[in-house]
Amino acid sequence: MFATPLPFLAATATAAAPVNHTAILMFVGFVAATLVITFFSARKTTGTSAYFAAGRRITGWQNGLAVAGDYMSAASFLGIAGMIAFKGYDGFMYSVGFLVAYLTVLLIVAEPLRNAGKYTMADVLAYRLSPRPVRAMASLSTITVSTFYMIAQMIGAGQLIKLLLSGVVSYEWAVTGVGILMIVYVVFGGMLATTWVQITKAVLLMGGTILLSTLVLKHYDFSLAKFFEAIAHVPVKGADGQMVTKDFLQPGLAFGRTAANPWGPVDLVSLGLALVFGTAGLPHILIRFYTVPDAKTARSSVVWAMVLIGVFYIMTTCLGFGAAAILTPGHILVDGKPSDNMAAPLLALNLGGNVFFAFISAVAFATILAVVAGLTISASTSFAHDFYTNVIHHGKEPRPGQEVFVARITAFVVGGISIFLAIKLQTVNVAFLVGLAFAVAASANLPVIVLSIFWKRFNTTGAVAGLAVGLFASIALIIISPSVMGIDPATTAVSARRIIQHATIFPLKNPGIISIPLGFLAAILGTLLTREPGAETRFIELTVRANTGLGSEKATSH
Amino acid sequence: MITPEPGDSTPIVGSQTDIAPLGRSGAKPAHELTADEERGNMPWEAIAADEDFKKLLAAKMRFIAPVTIFFLVYYLALPVLVGWYPDLMKTKIGSLNLAYVFALSQFFMAWIVAGFYVVKAAGWDKAAAAVLAKFNKS
Repeated sequence: MFATPLPFLAATATAAAPVNHTAILMFVGFVAATLVITFFSARKTTGTSAYFAAGRRITGWQNGLAVAGDYMSAASFLGIAGMIAFKGYDGFMYSVGFLVAYLTVLLIVAEPLRNAGKYTMADVLAYRLSPRPVRAMASLSTITVSTFYMIAQMIGAGQLIKLLLSGVVSYEWAVTGVGILMIVYVVFGGMLATTWVQITKAVLLMGGTILLSTLVLKHYDFSLAKFFEAIAHVPVKGADGQMVTKDFLQPGLAFGRTAANPWGPVDLVSLGLALVFGTAGLPHILIRFYTVPDAKTARSSVVWAMVLIGVFYIMTTCLGFGAAAILTPGHILVDGKPSDNMAAPLLALNLGGNVFFAFISAVAFATILAVVAGLTISASTSFAHDFYTNVIHHGKEPRPGQEVFVARITAFVVGGISIFLAIKLQTVNVAFLVGLAFAVAASANLPVIVLSIFWKRFNTTGAVAGLAVGLFASIALIIISPSVMGIDPATTAVSARRIIQHATIFPLKNPGIISIPLGFLAAILGTLLTREPGAETRFIELTVRANTGLGSEKATSH
Repeated sequence: MITPEPGDSTPIVGSQTDIAPLGRSGAKPAHELTADEERGNMPWEAIAADEDFKKLLAAKMRFIAPVTIFFLVYYLALPVLVGWYPDLMKTKIGSLNLAYVFALSQFFMAWIVAGFYVVKAAGWDKAAAAVLAKFNKS
């Protein structure tokens, strides 16, 4: 592609070819550390609330780190850095949305959820509504969101390991290994092990990001003016194949309104809506608020998380723009192909050498493992608590401990299914799957959570209608969107073609702007068409409980 | 670390003991009651009808509703301005531009709103505790 390969291009090639022993050592070190955590957690995990909610004894800052850890997934560290490196300012829009979304969590969801629930998101809904239909739908939506999110993470892990350990481990074995590790964390260690793996990873990720950002600034002699000057002149290949310089700090590279894509700005607003409303509906984030002793600690953990997440996403400026300015988009390559997911590791290789590259890759790997474990436990808790105990067995465990037993079996099954799907879907775009998870969470989960906390008249029909319409509308709109549907030119390789070769029906890649209002509308219409006096009576109890903490689940002393 | 309650003979030996806390009989401890079991014991209606509790709810809504509307408008202004008024947002501010400065301001907006909320919520905690104390006495 280029007449004279630059020095770091050679470095890229050599990093992928021979076995990277430092990287292997660091991977093994992290895995060993997490297994030790799991071993000690398993010894402490006695009882249902210990397994599902870590005994509700996690402190505010610990849970803040764990929430931040669950949130700063591979999609953030690898995906956003890559998006900024290739699309400039427009990629930074994700960073902004990811933080502001926590205001929805803090102001509206976290405290009532902690006060009124036990283990899952559905607890809050089931409190005042007819439990079985609501739990069945909420469980379906929880498992859907978690699975989309999880497959995305595992595909990322597979690609990362393939890059580092090519020749030693194939993609299939890498994915299988990640799957087995996460099953071990969840089955043996429960929520306590998952939380501590998450905390360890959050510390590593913050450390790695601070180091890498410092190296980027050092590259520009710690002069922000110089740094931003470089960002304003990034060489990219223009449409005619000639190199041109572009200002990466200017908006519009991804979502700008052009003749080819007149819907860009609408898509951007739609993405913003999915991010700001989706976070408060992500099951694996919500269940974290059950691990703390009370609503006040839930609040302080959101604030801790907001500080960490905010600092992290501001630093994506350094990672993403740094990769754009120092490496330039034309040179972020793996096996000669542009690879936006590898922008951060390749930047580390360029600035810090092989050992630092291995460290950053190990951090990314740790990130993926921890998030995958968090997702598995949210899916298996929902299945065991909502579906098995409450839907099938009407809220009574057939035998004490059965719920935990079912959750462990579910973790096995969920792990197995995700391994299978991640191997099948290895060419699917990772950011697209995460976007889908946010869209489903915002359209299905958030409307019913908000309405059940604030609207007295809300009832079971409304909740089931809202969950169902939000879930299916967001998935259906994605299927007919340009991400999945469209006619590719004959020059496109078969493996890179879209799944449905048909003219695109829905012009937006992000369905939120349509599917979120649809979710609310279905919930409101379903409610207005039916009457359920019991739901209104129990709303009084829910309000008192949510606002005073009276009768909320206490921390266990064992 | 785990410190068993006095009188709790549950041995801590490993994951097998999840099945049931051993050595316990009699009434369930408070944290193991289900929502249904607890419902009957609490004066929900009386608290809901309490004037101080109503004041607390009103005070919360007076803060949460306008602040939520504010942060949503402030946040959505970013994609709207960037999407439809790109030339305005490309205005240079030193070595930065308006689009980046506005995006960066979102982070500080979020932190400041969260800070206000925490201060306000500390007051609500006290009010809620006062309401509950009233019902514990009677």
